[in-house]
Amino acid sequence: MRSIDLAKTPLRELNQGLHALKDGTNETEWEVLNPRGQHAIAAGVDAPVNVNIRGAVGYYCAGMNKQATVVVHGSSGPGTAENMMSGQVIVKGDASQYAGATGRGGMLVIEGNASSRCGISMKGIDIIVRGNIGHMSAFMAQTGNLVVLGDAGDALGDSIYEAKLYVRGSVKSLGADCIEKEMRPEHHEALSALLKKAGVDGVKTSEFKRYGSSRKLYNFNIDNADAY
Amino acid sequence: MTYHNPPTTPRKSATFDDYTLSEIRRAAQTGIYDIRGAGAKRKLPHFDDLLFLGASMSRYPLEGYRERCSTAVTLGTRYAKKPIELKTPITIAGMSFGALSGNAKEALGRGATLAGTSTTTGDGGMTPEERGHSEKLVYQYLPSRYGMNPDDLRRADAIELVVGQGAKPGGGGMLLGQKISDRVAEMRTLPKGIDQRSSCRHPDWTGPDDLEIKILELREITDWEKPIYIKVGGARPYYDVALAVKAGADVVVVDGMQGGTAATQEVFIEHVGQPTLACIRPAVQALQDLGMHRKVQLIVSGGIRNGADVAKALALGADAVAVGTAALVALGDNDPALEDEYRKLGTTAGAYDDWHEGRDPAGITTQNPELAQRLDPVRAGRRLANYLKVMTLELQTIARAAGHNHVHNLEPEDLCALTLEAAAMARVPLAGTSWIPGQGNF
Repeated sequence: MRSIDLAKTPLRELNQGLHALKDGTNETEWEVLNPRGQHAIAAGVDAPVNVNIRGAVGYYCAGMNKQATVVVHGSSGPGTAENMMSGQVIVKGDASQYAGATGRGGMLVIEGNASSRCGISMKGIDIIVRGNIGHMSAFMAQTGNLVVLGDAGDALGDSIYEAKLYVRGSVKSLGADCIEKEMRPEHHEALSALLKKAGVDGVKTSEFKRYGSSRKLYNFNIDNADAY
Repeated sequence: MTYHNPPTTPRKSATFDDYTLSEIRRAAQTGIYDIRGAGAKRKLPHFDDLLFLGASMSRYPLEGYRERCSTAVTLGTRYAKKPIELKTPITIAGMSFGALSGNAKEALGRGATLAGTSTTTGDGGMTPEERGHSEKLVYQYLPSRYGMNPDDLRRADAIELVVGQGAKPGGGGMLLGQKISDRVAEMRTLPKGIDQRSSCRHPDWTGPDDLEIKILELREITDWEKPIYIKVGGARPYYDVALAVKAGADVVVVDGMQGGTAATQEVFIEHVGQPTLACIRPAVQALQDLGMHRKVQLIVSGGIRNGADVAKALALGADAVAVGTAALVALGDNDPALEDEYRKLGTTAGAYDDWHEGRDPAGITTQNPELAQRLDPVRAGRRLANYLKVMTLELQTIARAAGHNHVHNLEPEDLCALTLEAAAMARVPLAGTSWIPGQGNF
């Protein structure tokens, strides 16, 4: 296992080392010590490796991740796993604003709470939050799934496109063009698979409500101007 | 009926002119604001209001075609391991696949490459054709993040982080349903045929302190190789440029209100932002105040049409310029040869700006395969290269006449202004005087 202590080693050296990894590398286990809130830790990794970060991280941890499994054993700052392409990112603590922003694939699991704008502009990522999420989450969310075991804040799914939102608790308010939708069998099935993949036990899919786009704002109509 | 005796000529209002009246009727009829492409069409103080003094007794000129006048420019020298080297300071501005046809994007890449300069992606991601035909490709990082991925970031020669653009500082992208074809929809991860409005703010940073961290992330992902540009619309150029430098930009792009867009509200294009001429000196002042002029390079865009405009922008302190609208015209946009077809669209060659409708008879601003096929990317690329080379020659002609062996040696002292407005904005003397309005010497 490679162990990098960021109290002694510059961030650049860590990320350069991770970027140098190729498919089939033997160096599949990495540990990062003393992250101390540094930004862009393990950003841009493109190899099937495990990176365990022991402590809290700053902005954009695991940004644009491909293939790797990155675990933050602490809380994470804004933009965690932004634009993730594939792989898995797990935050053991809470995540700040814009977690999973514009993510295109892979799975982001936040074991604590996520702040505002979780899943903003998401484009295919699956995000599972065990706690609550803040306001304006899934703003302009295009595709992918956002699963919240706790409550959602104001204006959930504002201007949403085709992403699917599943919330187990309360939703303070829905944003423009976002409505509650029927949980059909295929949604129970899909949600069940997501919960299983995220390692969530003891929760029934029947406890969730589904939200998505009413598609009324897809083409401009002056009579809908009050909705904006 | 009102009789005048003797009769008087019917008098139209200067306030309620024909265009204004037609716009009121259009709004009343349709219930929607007017959307169009291109930049501000109103009359603005511009480079035409400046003149070069030329060399005479106090300075001597260089011999045309014999004494060397270099046009080479290097962009991204501040932090990037691999700065961009260009043969000419005239670059191609960001324009998206989606707004433009695949053939048009290919032609821009071909033309820029032949002329030794760079071209730029737009709000829709990087296409393989574009990358393949562009020797130097700048990859835009936009609020929508359509098509954004780390592989294309690493394939790019530079990254342009777009905060705003001159046609609509404070506005986001717009691509209406007619142009959301299957391929465009797939690249943007959107349903086909919807009216797509991309956001005006980035999803994962707010303000220059966050931006500094965002830039750190992009540098880390690309191993500090790529120059990072920050593009701003002509809003508050002094502060915007200063903050871009603070955020860690290698290059700052300032786009004035004549800069084009693929589609936005007419009211936005004509009423928000500052003229290009008004933006340059405050931008340069910010760089000078921070001791970063020529260390962080400045690219100016918005209404650059010829070598004289380039020379004037450079003389005022820019390192390079970018052309968008003019490049499309060089490809064949608004060509009078297509007048019959423009008439059918209710317009005329030179005025066609409904680029959002996707019915461009020149095959440039469309996703209709039949129309797009009309543009031969090889021929159009050659035309663009010719145009870029002519502008470069014009730029050299002026620089030599002013006695400079590099176009970056052009300076404000080479210029005078024809109008008070231009003198104040460009901070050069009114012709025949030593007076720079706003700088004292009343």
